[in-house]
Amino acid sequence: MIPELGHYALVLALALGLIQAVVPVVGARLRDTAMMNLASSTATMQFVFVAASFAALTYCYVTSDFSVANVYENSHSLMPLVYKYTSVWGNHEGSMLLWVLILAMFGAAVALFGNNLPVSLKALVLAVQSWIACAFYLFILMTSNPFLRLPQAPAEGRDLNPILQDIGLAIHPPLLYLGYVGFSMAFSFAIAALIEGRIDAAWARWVRPWTLAAWMFLTVGIAMGSYWAYYELGWGGFWFWDPVENASLMPWLAGTALLHSAVVMEKRNALKIWTLLLAILAFSLSLIGTFLVRSGVLTSVHTFASDPARGVFILMILVFFIGGGLTLFAWRGPMLKQGGLFAPVSREGALVFNNLFLTTACLTVFVGTLYPLALEALTDEKISVGAPFFNLTFAPLFIPLLFAMPFGPMLAWKRGDVLGVAQRLMAAFGAGLVAVMVTFVVMGMSSALAPLGIGLALFVMVGALVDLAERTSLFRAPLSTVRSRATGLPRSAWGTAIAHFGIAVTLFGIVCQTWASERIVALKPSQIVSLADYDLTFDGMVQHSGPNFRELAAKFTVRSGGVPIGTMEPSKRSFASRNSTTTEAALMTRGVSQLYLSLGDTNDDGSIAIRLYHKPMVLLIWIGALVMMLGGALSLSDRRLRIGAPKPALKASAAILEAAE
Amino acid sequence: MTRKQRRLILIGSSLGVLAIAAALVLSALRDSIVFFNSPTDIVEKKPAVGTRMRVGGLVKPGTLQRGDNLSIRFDVTDGNKDVAVRYQGIVPDLFREGQGVVAEGKLDGGGIFVADTVLAKHDEKYMPREVVDALKKQGRWQEGEANMSKPK
Repeated sequence: MIPELGHYALVLALALGLIQAVVPVVGARLRDTAMMNLASSTATMQFVFVAASFAALTYCYVTSDFSVANVYENSHSLMPLVYKYTSVWGNHEGSMLLWVLILAMFGAAVALFGNNLPVSLKALVLAVQSWIACAFYLFILMTSNPFLRLPQAPAEGRDLNPILQDIGLAIHPPLLYLGYVGFSMAFSFAIAALIEGRIDAAWARWVRPWTLAAWMFLTVGIAMGSYWAYYELGWGGFWFWDPVENASLMPWLAGTALLHSAVVMEKRNALKIWTLLLAILAFSLSLIGTFLVRSGVLTSVHTFASDPARGVFILMILVFFIGGGLTLFAWRGPMLKQGGLFAPVSREGALVFNNLFLTTACLTVFVGTLYPLALEALTDEKISVGAPFFNLTFAPLFIPLLFAMPFGPMLAWKRGDVLGVAQRLMAAFGAGLVAVMVTFVVMGMSSALAPLGIGLALFVMVGALVDLAERTSLFRAPLSTVRSRATGLPRSAWGTAIAHFGIAVTLFGIVCQTWASERIVALKPSQIVSLADYDLTFDGMVQHSGPNFRELAAKFTVRSGGVPIGTMEPSKRSFASRNSTTTEAALMTRGVSQLYLSLGDTNDDGSIAIRLYHKPMVLLIWIGALVMMLGGALSLSDRRLRIGAPKPALKASAAILEAAE
Repeated sequence: MTRKQRRLILIGSSLGVLAIAAALVLSALRDSIVFFNSPTDIVEKKPAVGTRMRVGGLVKPGTLQRGDNLSIRFDVTDGNKDVAVRYQGIVPDLFREGQGVVAEGKLDGGGIFVADTVLAKHDEKYMPREVVDALKKQGRWQEGEANMSKPK
């Protein structure tokens, strides 16, 4: 009964969605407030029905109802409860349901909290949001229904893919989807603005918090996925330039560009058309990411062609929204009024520079990700484009961007003074240079580029601090002035500096991997392996059993300078239900560095193969992402964004009226 | 500066960055992509020694030998031709005889493929797509074989 209710709730959500897709648009045309306001009610109810549908599927998973095909294929009655919850979205159908749940949630959020939006804009935004929602409801109902029943309920499920039975991967998709789907808000606002033919600084102020929130989730989602790949896949790499990863990186790059161009639009009323285009592109790339991962086109271009129902459906969604969005843009975009003027060297100019490099970098990732697919589809030639391609294209574009980063926030609007800023950044230059020299002396000449990378990271870090110091007159004014200036500083200024600092922290961590070291050896019990000041003694094998797996672990005692500092137990888990094995690496964290130990095969002579890495400063890669998110959160809490654009003006005019009376 | 001049600077610098990016992409595409070959391709086309490439197929049963220091040798087959592969290091969890595998590396002078990366499938359902295609070409693959696990 419950699965049927879930199915039914989804159909009802579709029906509401269809109403919401049409009525508010007609209402906006006829200036009929009642019709426009209908969107708020339907958006809220859509969320209620989709949530009910999602709850129904969750219920099927938690109660291990194997009569539902989706549950049978992806769950097991012995699986720990937390994975019963997370396996709801650990499969294609369920993850699409999560996608629409988040979409409906954003729609409801606009309906409930968007009271300061002009009525017609709100109605149009919700209508566009509903077009997207309807497309995905139809996709789920027609090609990926999670509520299909089996004629006879099997006694036991086939278990979730063991590599997905991990808490890191369990929370990765919701975060990523919050990011992807969050960009749908920017898209809907852009389309609504194009339909209305009107866009102003206030528009940017409404779009920015949604974009910022989506960007924060995407940042953490990507970092989470990267950390999962690092410890679960057993190779110790943090980024593989895999198409699935690139699919999430592209919207992030476009979204980051959008965040910055929206600032120009909000402050200076310039770059309007470009901001609209970026809003459309950011969501288009989110859709492409969903397509790449969900259509099966990556697994095989040929499978995609032979079982096309899903792929072609998503492709149609892509063509409709991307093509439609861009066509509307080409038609209505030129009608928008041009905004304020600025000199090439100015805050606006710096933000344009940022946008230019971010979008170009995004383009290179796009080419590298889709070129192999296109080539295979056209010529049947199979190639792989891997890390070397991206290191040669993405990195050279990111270095100037990072170098320019400290300059941007310190340049004045309209017309800036690069030399003046460079003078004020002296401390940052100094820190960078010292870092380069110290790295050369300590680490030797083994790599010429890495010390420069460390220098760049330090330059950006100190640059962000200098910006804050300048804004608070630190070292120049008495402490009380500094304190009052610091509290008076808008939170978005703190957010900018902290997010930029976070990028540099990540960069620092990445560059440090140049000095990572590794040993691959076969060991017998009581033998010792040494790496970077650490000695590991292999004590022997131990057996454990988990709820739905058996585990064979190797016990190691770790010593540093002869003193025992702990044990590490890398293991292999075998899952009988899927007849498969996973490798669980053991990690030992020392400060922000890690020892990483993963297990290979057991040989006939009783020795085991191990892979041991020392990863200096590796945690900084993900800590940097958290710092970026913190910066985003501070910026989001800025009073200006919370209150929205028109309210102060209303209050001010009310105050004037009162004063006049 | 007039509006026109400013716009020219903007467009000029955008085109400049795009041109640099295009040059980077083209040179990287020439130097850093890796082609996939089936064992039949390698035996028949005889690619140049020392070119990076991928080879994929099944690990031929009875050919897996383990040596000292984690070195292994095995033949990769697509049912038509075999290629001998040498590798040193740890192989993935599901690497075993009769299973699909993709190896990346170079051919040495003696016709042995020296791999520096060995990829196997993640679970019993998934087969590297290159392997499926290589097997299909030799008629050793039936559609739907990968989906044997579907409920019946």
